[in-house]
Amino acid sequence: MDQKGGSLMTPILSARQITKKFGRVVALDNCDFDLMPGEVLGVIGDNGAGKSTLIKALSGALRPDHGEVRLEGELVQFHEPLEARRAGIETVYQNLALSPALSIADNMFLGREIRKPGPLGSVFRFLDRSEMEAQSRALLTELGLLTIQNIGQTVETLSGGQRQGIAVARAAAFGSKVIIMDEPTAALGVKESRRVLELIRDVQSKGISIVLISHNMPHVFEVASRIHIHRLGKRLCIIDPKKYEMSDAVAFMTGAKSPEGPDFA
Amino acid sequence: MTSGDQDSFAVEHPDDTVASFEEEGNHFANQVRNWLHQTPAAVPLIVLVISTIVFGLVLGAKFFSPFALTLILQQVAIVGIVALAQSLVILTAGIDLSVGAIMVFSSVIMGQFTFRYGLPVEVSVFCGLFAGTLMGAINGILVAIVRLPPFIVTLGTWQIFLAANFLYSENETIRGSDIADQAPLLQFFGEKFKIGGAVFTYGVVLMLLLAVVLAYMLRFTAWGRHVYAVGDDPDAAELSGVRTKRVLISVYALSGLICAVAGWVLIGRIGSVSPTSGQLANIEAITAVVIGGISLFGGRGSILGSLCGALIVGVFSLGLRMVGTDPQWTYLLIGLLIILAVGIDQWIRKVAV
Repeated sequence: MDQKGGSLMTPILSARQITKKFGRVVALDNCDFDLMPGEVLGVIGDNGAGKSTLIKALSGALRPDHGEVRLEGELVQFHEPLEARRAGIETVYQNLALSPALSIADNMFLGREIRKPGPLGSVFRFLDRSEMEAQSRALLTELGLLTIQNIGQTVETLSGGQRQGIAVARAAAFGSKVIIMDEPTAALGVKESRRVLELIRDVQSKGISIVLISHNMPHVFEVASRIHIHRLGKRLCIIDPKKYEMSDAVAFMTGAKSPEGPDFA
Repeated sequence: MTSGDQDSFAVEHPDDTVASFEEEGNHFANQVRNWLHQTPAAVPLIVLVISTIVFGLVLGAKFFSPFALTLILQQVAIVGIVALAQSLVILTAGIDLSVGAIMVFSSVIMGQFTFRYGLPVEVSVFCGLFAGTLMGAINGILVAIVRLPPFIVTLGTWQIFLAANFLYSENETIRGSDIADQAPLLQFFGEKFKIGGAVFTYGVVLMLLLAVVLAYMLRFTAWGRHVYAVGDDPDAAELSGVRTKRVLISVYALSGLICAVAGWVLIGRIGSVSPTSGQLANIEAITAVVIGGISLFGGRGSILGSLCGALIVGVFSLGLRMVGTDPQWTYLLIGLLIILAVGIDQWIRKVAV
């Protein structure tokens, strides 16, 4: 069904036959991937199935040995995360990629700082801290995260959930096309996880496509439009969460059951 | 946002949290720690002020005079400048053992280019500064691109630069009187001027100016933020879009340039160009940086702390010499200060959960 759907709509982000080997370990084995515009695509798979490698290959953190990645139908090759970000793909990494000793605002704008207008900015490279703080505050407020009193406080003084919020807010703020989230709820409590799931919906409603990698089946089934099941370095199948049970997904993932029938790509 | 709910995850209700007894038990200590965490230069500044006052009380006007206090600045200038370079490197969680060697080799290049090849002194100075930058950049490339540990890289280049320095100079000292006659520009930073009883050299002015410029760069430019981010967590910085390799190479190259500047100031201080001078500069600079509260684990501390660290060493050296004690007491006390400073750093870092 996915293949048929694909012919009607161009995927916003897709990969064909990508392979990545680490020494003799094949992390990605001719893997395909499709993300449709405006959807939340869940990616599930057992530990070591190659999910993280797939994500890194899509976000520019890793270069696949061969295969191609397309963004809106255009062939792209990202040599570093910065290039993927410039193209509109933001990633929330499992380890969050925040600098603990820097402030919230500094972290939000890390790598894309705003400088003061005029010679103060162009010659003396003076950062426009008040502008960055104002924008950070606006972003966090928009996402309902502004219970943090001081935007200048360092990230290391925040709780795990708050840090997650900053990382998601940063991605949501700058990701114009695609946001990839790697285990965004793994380190969180129940209440905080709910908040992140709501955030995902909010971001989706802004028209941004989302890739959600998670071990948490209920979370994936709750927000995903489609679920990409990853097994042994490649896409095993794509399922519709409305038509399958979680136990089926787990069975596919672990190889206890093989997908059959016309529904599978 | 669908919900305007009160219990958004960004807030931690105090009554919800489980392990909060620490905050109640040691409230004052925690406040002090938080404050120190935010103002890393506070401890060295306090130590500097207290030690100056104590020596002033013990020694009276002999120590507490503009002349003596500015003498400390003059004595500290070279180590202070090298410590500024070292601070940058240590902020990236690296270390540069070759700073002293770069300084001496650069000063030798400035001298020999003028006297051996007869180049205009301005050109020689430029070549010396360029050579220093290049040596720093070599360290940077080995650390950032070849990905060798900074300690090992600079342990190696320290020997290499120092040996190259002796081989190139043929252990030959250029006499101060010759420099004064033919190339006084080399001694520029040793020139003194007086304001009342206070005596300054241009080297001192340069050190203070450099500290202000670097403090500005670290605090108010994107580059400075990136230096902290790289020192804090290089992988996170890379994923956040910081070009960590470029930042590292620029830090080591800038450190090399500053060391070369220190080499120029060194000629002014000792008058001559000697390939055997400044042997302990690397250890003294690391000492100043550590006492100045910059964390050897990177990402924490401020450049003004390093300056205070260098001044603390200066105050102790001159103060104890005036008291008339065995100079070994100075080293003993400095050693204690180092251990104390690292202990305080560890304690402050516990703020980070």
